Amino acid sequence: MLRLPPHEYHRPRSLDEAVELLHRFGDDAMVIAGGTDLIPNMKHRLFEPAHLVGLKGIGELRGIRREGGALAIGAAETLASVARHPEVRGRFAALAAAAGHVAGPQLRNAGTIGGNLCLDTRCTYYNQTEFWRRALGYCLKKDGTVCHVTKVGKKCVAAHSADTPPALIAFGARVEMRSPSGTRSVPVEDFFVPDGIRNNQRGPGETITRILIPLSFVSGADGAPGGADVDAAAGGDADGAVNRIRGSPNGDEELHLRSGYSKLRQRASIDFPLLTVAVAAWVDPGGRMQRLRGVVTALGARPRELTGWDEIAEGEALDDDVIDALAERARKQCRPLDNIIVDPEWRRAMVPVYVKRALIQLRDEPPS
Amino acid sequence: MGATNRIVDLNVNGDRRIAGVPTHYTLLETLRYVLGLTGSKQGCDKGDCGACTVLVDGVATLSCIMPVWEAEGAEVVTVEGLARESGPHPVQDEFDLNGAAQCGFCTPGILCSAVGLLERNPAPSREEIKEALSGNLCRCTGYTKIYNAVEAAAERIRTGSADGAGRR
Ligand SMILES: Cc1cc2nc3c(=O)[nH]c(=O)nc-3n(C[C@H](O)[C@H](O)[C@H](O)COP(=O)(O)OP(=O)(O)OC[C@H]3O[C@@H](n4cnc5c(N)ncnc54)[C@H](O)[C@@H]3O)c2cc1C
Ligand code: SF4
Ligand code: FES
Ligand code: FES
Repeated sequence: MLRLPPHEYHRPRSLDEAVELLHRFGDDAMVIAGGTDLIPNMKHRLFEPAHLVGLKGIGELRGIRREGGALAIGAAETLASVARHPEVRGRFAALAAAAGHVAGPQLRNAGTIGGNLCLDTRCTYYNQTEFWRRALGYCLKKDGTVCHVTKVGKKCVAAHSADTPPALIAFGARVEMRSPSGTRSVPVEDFFVPDGIRNNQRGPGETITRILIPLSFVSGADGAPGGADVDAAAGGDADGAVNRIRGSPNGDEELHLRSGYSKLRQRASIDFPLLTVAVAAWVDPGGRMQRLRGVVTALGARPRELTGWDEIAEGEALDDDVIDALAERARKQCRPLDNIIVDPEWRRAMVPVYVKRALIQLRDEPPS
Repeated sequence: MGATNRIVDLNVNGDRRIAGVPTHYTLLETLRYVLGLTGSKQGCDKGDCGACTVLVDGVATLSCIMPVWEAEGAEVVTVEGLARESGPHPVQDEFDLNGAAQCGFCTPGILCSAVGLLERNPAPSREEIKEALSGNLCRCTGYTKIYNAVEAAAERIRTGSADGAGRR
């Protein structure tokens, strides 16, 4: 039996009311969306806020709809509804697959995409009861002074363990936040910072309101959706993302957005990732790729975008040699740590295997 | 900060239940320790096992990680609310007939997940049944008889056959 620390629960009916409550209670309050991360963490005494501000009842934070050049997903939308949404499945298959592979069904019914972006980092020595942690003298991330993983370092290397951010980064998505001083948005990759203690740059009192994913090649070019010179195929197209690009390197031709997603975990039914890979690219009718992006996570404190892929893949078709070269490039960059209770050498060996699986999906068949 | 109590206004198994609870209570603690509904089990108490699964507006939900205040305004159904006047729910009856429960600790949660599935999908495939129950851990049965029972119950609900008495 695990008791929650005493607190008051608030159910604001509007975003304004939520922002006001968070402002009023300051450091004594935390946002709760699905609670699937926060409640277990509170039961472990990792957080003891005096006030919880619930987002589930706020209509403005729900819904998945097109806006300008982007698909806008409300932060309090559940992972289950993201995973089954027809446009997400058709156009952003890796995101639908990522959301659909988080935890188990009951947790996806409650857990939200905003909460997934803010998921606390995880570590063998951290996600434990207060009693367990006390027995070990606590650790740097919470209540202690040493890190049991690095032993020497003064840096926490707890693992970013959320499944949807790699897909969101591969699709060039932005995260929008609201505070009493206004609204701002940043690319998802910049939202994260390399610090295991607190791995994102969300300021105090800031609430995530929406995630914006560019719908077209051009609208994604500068990272800012909207206002693009592009004829995106007319609405509701079930065949995935199609764009006619004027003045693209290959002339006026159609580019399709394609993606892949793979996840390594102990029990496929419920566990957090030991490794998650998302890949996405715009592909022309000849199979040649533009703007291929690959992102891995569960290895460090934030998702890592694989580098050096452009020189291997830009303008190339995804044949087996290219896939092998990309997978090898990924393996060289990824060095898993001992922060999860699984042999890091084995996790490293799995990097090229899972990168290949994701790339083969991108080429042959979208993930499901 | 000390614990304070407040009045919570719930709809559980069709009954309006109004009770004073500590503000930090989960739905599961309220069901078990305030309302006396001990069918929903407290297993891991942190979202891992599914033993506490109940239906909230028809959706399978882990009551051990749901603040009780979030259940206000919703219809909560626990294992105690599955049976009908005429007898057990077909899923319950088929669990019995198929020997789908051993120690029984996971059973209330699995029954709720299964009923939630059949309400939105009356003809699930074996794969869909496995997926719907994948957040419910069972350490005894090995699941085969559970899947058989859910399949048989779905069939019975679809064909409208009243009970499995002939097979007893
Ligand atoms: C057994 C188990 C297995 C799991 N497996 C996985 C897995 O495989 N992959 C995975 O990614 N996750 C997994 N999770 C974690 C969790 O279920 C998901 O990450 C979920 O998306 C979290 O969302 P939530 O709405 O429940 O977040 P909450 O618990 O409500 O919140 C999490 C954090 O985000 C903050 N927050 C939430 N919403 C907002 C917002 N709109 N603005 C600002 N801050 C906000 C909260 O203050 C809190 O700090 C698992 C959890 C459990 C219990
Ligand atoms: S990486 Fe080190 S400091 Fe961070 S949670 Fe794990 S043991 Fe604690
Ligand atoms: S008791 Fe709720 S999931 Fe285990
Ligand atoms: S019957 Fe014992 S855990 Fe399922």
